[in-house]
Amino acid sequence: MSIKAEHVNYLYGEGTAFEQYALKDVSFEIGDGQFVGLIGHTGSGKSTLIQHLNGLLRASSGKVYYNGEDIYADHYDRKSLRSKVGLVFQYPEHQLFEVDVFSDVCFGPKNLGLSKEEINIRAREALIQVGLEERFWGQSPFELSGGQKRRVAIAGVLAMRPEVLILDEPTAGLDPRGRDEILDEILALHQEKGMTIILVSHSMEDIARYAGRILVMDHGEKIFDGPPKEVFCHYRELEKVGLAAPQITYVAQGLRERGIPIREDVTTVEEAKAAILELLGNGGGGKAGGV
Amino acid sequence: MIREITLGQYYPVDSVLHRMDPRTKLFGTLVFIVSLFLADSLVAYGVITLFLVSAVRLSRVPFRFMVKGLKAMLFLLLASVSFNLFLTPGTEIFRIGFLRMTWEGVRLAGFMALRLVYLVIGSSVMTLTTTPNQLTDGLEKGLGVLKKVGVPVHEVSMMMSIALRFIPILVEETDKIMKAQMARGADFEAGNLFQKARSMVPLLVPLFISAFRRAADLAMAMEARCYHGGEGRTKMKPLHYQRRDRIAYLAYLVYLGAVAGLRYVDVAWIPRVL
Repeated sequence: MSIKAEHVNYLYGEGTAFEQYALKDVSFEIGDGQFVGLIGHTGSGKSTLIQHLNGLLRASSGKVYYNGEDIYADHYDRKSLRSKVGLVFQYPEHQLFEVDVFSDVCFGPKNLGLSKEEINIRAREALIQVGLEERFWGQSPFELSGGQKRRVAIAGVLAMRPEVLILDEPTAGLDPRGRDEILDEILALHQEKGMTIILVSHSMEDIARYAGRILVMDHGEKIFDGPPKEVFCHYRELEKVGLAAPQITYVAQGLRERGIPIREDVTTVEEAKAAILELLGNGGGGKAGGV
Repeated sequence: MIREITLGQYYPVDSVLHRMDPRTKLFGTLVFIVSLFLADSLVAYGVITLFLVSAVRLSRVPFRFMVKGLKAMLFLLLASVSFNLFLTPGTEIFRIGFLRMTWEGVRLAGFMALRLVYLVIGSSVMTLTTTPNQLTDGLEKGLGVLKKVGVPVHEVSMMMSIALRFIPILVEETDKIMKAQMARGADFEAGNLFQKARSMVPLLVPLFISAFRRAADLAMAMEARCYHGGEGRTKMKPLHYQRRDRIAYLAYLVYLGAVAGLRYVDVAWIPRVL
């Protein structure tokens, strides 16, 4: 199972004087079970790109394949594609509309034409997955807190049992605790269910911690594609396109400039701790301390 | 999807007409409309054509944008032309059943069509060279005298500009919510009328909520900046008449005088056509 984009171009306002490339010759393949981080400056084409992966937008030229099938083919069922490639938009809580939480989560599976029992099973499962306590299920979604609303909205997509989950900045506007909880739930979906995850984020720390692979977009073009360690080594180029490496990478860089031979490719605090301990160990029995 | 909607039809180039005070343009449009209904001879229509052509040339907007507005009223145009063609009494040309086409009808229909086309092009010149905000500004200042008789001119124009300001935002929001619901398998096209109406609920509820939220936010932001209505409020871009506006008013006077003169002054060499 995979998502494959081949030379995807997308033009805004085609045929008018305001024609503009939103995506320019983007190609990649995302294999089954990967956790991919998608980063890029505002307006770099991330959101446009992810809307191509579930067929909401149609490429001006180029192809998108899901499990080897061309999603632009005439007979291809794009509606069922949207249930397999779940897309959680930015601020997804703005799409809630039902009278209570449970019915809102049922909206997706209901559109798939499932039986009532199946719909209920899926909605329960999805709400449990996002960790929303049962006492909230009968409440109006508009009475919940911001973080809870967002979980309901994510559950609404999960209830369709997608094979791939794409999230556009799922932590924007949440407090640190709500952010960690949501990210941990996403990680659990990845690890326990083997779901393919594509995470759009502006937090390099989050991306470094969770993603196994990073795609970097700039002005509609894919400029880097690789594991976090590799991509974040290019932090100078990343800065040029309005991005950065995680803070800790800069700390390591600073240490190296001061003559401490720490590894260059640390991207998380845990790694930095291990690297420093390793150095101290080599330095002849120095005291092992926290960082 | 629906991103391509442009508000109004403002065409951004720099020209004398673009820089002109919106009040001058509003008044000019009014003068032009009045003149259209005063004209009753070919000579008068010649004067009107001259006025319109010079305005179009001065605006530096490509002519094809001027006639875009005609498409919308093609039906009205056809209807009024055919009514005039067949229902005007006079010398008969031919007849199909009870429909008689007359010479008088042909003449009347021709002038009616010309009038409508000129009307559309004339008002397009204004909307193509004036942003909706300038237009409301111009209306507010131009209708300022009504304040004295208790008409809340400022409040109405503020409401108009806020409404205009929010149209593109709501359009974008609609697009976003539609896509979000489509990602959850919603289908806005399938089904009969009743099903279609029902499928709008997941779109309209979030849209209304967000509109109310935005309205509340905006009210709060305006109050935080001490907005208290029009009393004693100054403008960032106050409207001042420039030399070009005075020239324009002079031109209106000459123009309207000419058209009215052609109607009311009895000169032998002007054949009346209407």
